[in-house]
Amino acid sequence: MENLILYAPLLARGALVTIALAVLSLAFATALGALGAAARIAPGRIGRLIVTLYTTIVRGIPDLVLLLLVYFGGQRLLNVIAGWFGQDGVNISPFWAGVLSIGFIYGAYLTETFRGAFMTVPRGQIEAAEALGLRGLALHWTVTIPQLVRFALPGYANVWQVLVKSTAVVSVIGLEDLVGLANDAGKTAREPFIFFLAVLLVYLCITFVSTTIFEALERRSARGLTHAR
Amino acid sequence: MRVDLVLENWQLFASGVWMTLQLTFLALAIGFIIALPFGIARARRVPVFSPLINAYVYLFRGTPLLVQLFLIYYGLSQFEWIRESWAWTFLRDPWWCALIAFSLNSGAYATEIIRGAVETTPRGELEAAGALGLSPFQVDALVLIPSALRRALPQYGNEVVFMLHGSVVASVITLQDILGAGRTLNSKFYLAYEGFLTAAVLYMAITFILVMIFRRLENRYLRHLRLSRS
Repeated sequence: MENLILYAPLLARGALVTIALAVLSLAFATALGALGAAARIAPGRIGRLIVTLYTTIVRGIPDLVLLLLVYFGGQRLLNVIAGWFGQDGVNISPFWAGVLSIGFIYGAYLTETFRGAFMTVPRGQIEAAEALGLRGLALHWTVTIPQLVRFALPGYANVWQVLVKSTAVVSVIGLEDLVGLANDAGKTAREPFIFFLAVLLVYLCITFVSTTIFEALERRSARGLTHAR
Repeated sequence: MRVDLVLENWQLFASGVWMTLQLTFLALAIGFIIALPFGIARARRVPVFSPLINAYVYLFRGTPLLVQLFLIYYGLSQFEWIRESWAWTFLRDPWWCALIAFSLNSGAYATEIIRGAVETTPRGELEAAGALGLSPFQVDALVLIPSALRRALPQYGNEVVFMLHGSVVASVITLQDILGAGRTLNSKFYLAYEGFLTAAVLYMAITFILVMIFRRLENRYLRHLRLSRS
């Protein structure tokens, strides 16, 4: 136990790395999800095909496999590309490999979330906005997006919770996140059980705090609507 | 891309597939055995048990499977009394540790699925069974459980794929599952990605087969719930 207190600052730093990784991955996933949903809804057939391919492939591959593929395979790819231009290879850090692969995976899930939420916005709303002269981004930004947020939030919160847990695998490629540092510290202190138990509790805390935040957001996004029930 | 090396070492991947399927399905089976009574107890809010089960479910669903595996595989060796007990023959073996971690994890997820399915059983179904003179036990065994399990099928299908994908962490504790085979191939021949790519393709193939099987099962067992489209 004393060891745990001794290593607490180290573990706190690891927790920050985990949270930073999760938040950046979520940002990347949100961007991909928004793009994917837009391509899925837009009339173009090629865009729809690419998105279908993307979501199907991602759902078939486990996170760790994609991570290793991006980290080791991506490194090779970058070196080859850099070689064409006569440059030395660029190094991918475990952190960015994690952001890329986890963002890529959960972007596929968010594509479905966003598309599903978009479907709930009544067509009449869009037609009314068009009749008012709104089109393109302005239409979506002012009319559809504020409405679909309410329907997307529960699914978004769900993806976030799964994503946070997914970040643990990045420790496998040597990232000094919560899991990686606790693994090292636990071995040094000869108390691996206590250290991993602490890691479990930190993850539970992250889950608990984010549940509270998302509940508040859901309540806020439904303001003015709750009386209807 | 060295396809030749992958093909030459097909046996490595074949045994990897076997290891992955073995771990996944054994864990699912044990998880299911845990989840059936737990899920029903949760749905009925059985005093004392229900909060305990809830804590178990919360712990295993709220934390990464990798950490659960580390806790069992690396963590338990901390205690001398475990190292000296009969259980150590199992707990020192990565295969058993993976199976224990995966089963407990799958059990937690399946508990929630079964709880949901039991809670959404139409009251009328149970009342009808009671009106036919079935005893409470018969109502559970002949009506409630079969009906709930049918309705749990779509979500359980997701859980099966989730467990398959979750099982990759077994390779982190040296087990030769599909990903383990890919890593071995890569390190044996100094490859960067061929082994991982092969693993990805194999996982994808198994995922699609599983999804197809569950779609068929749903067509068969949920036929009565489909809306007739005219």
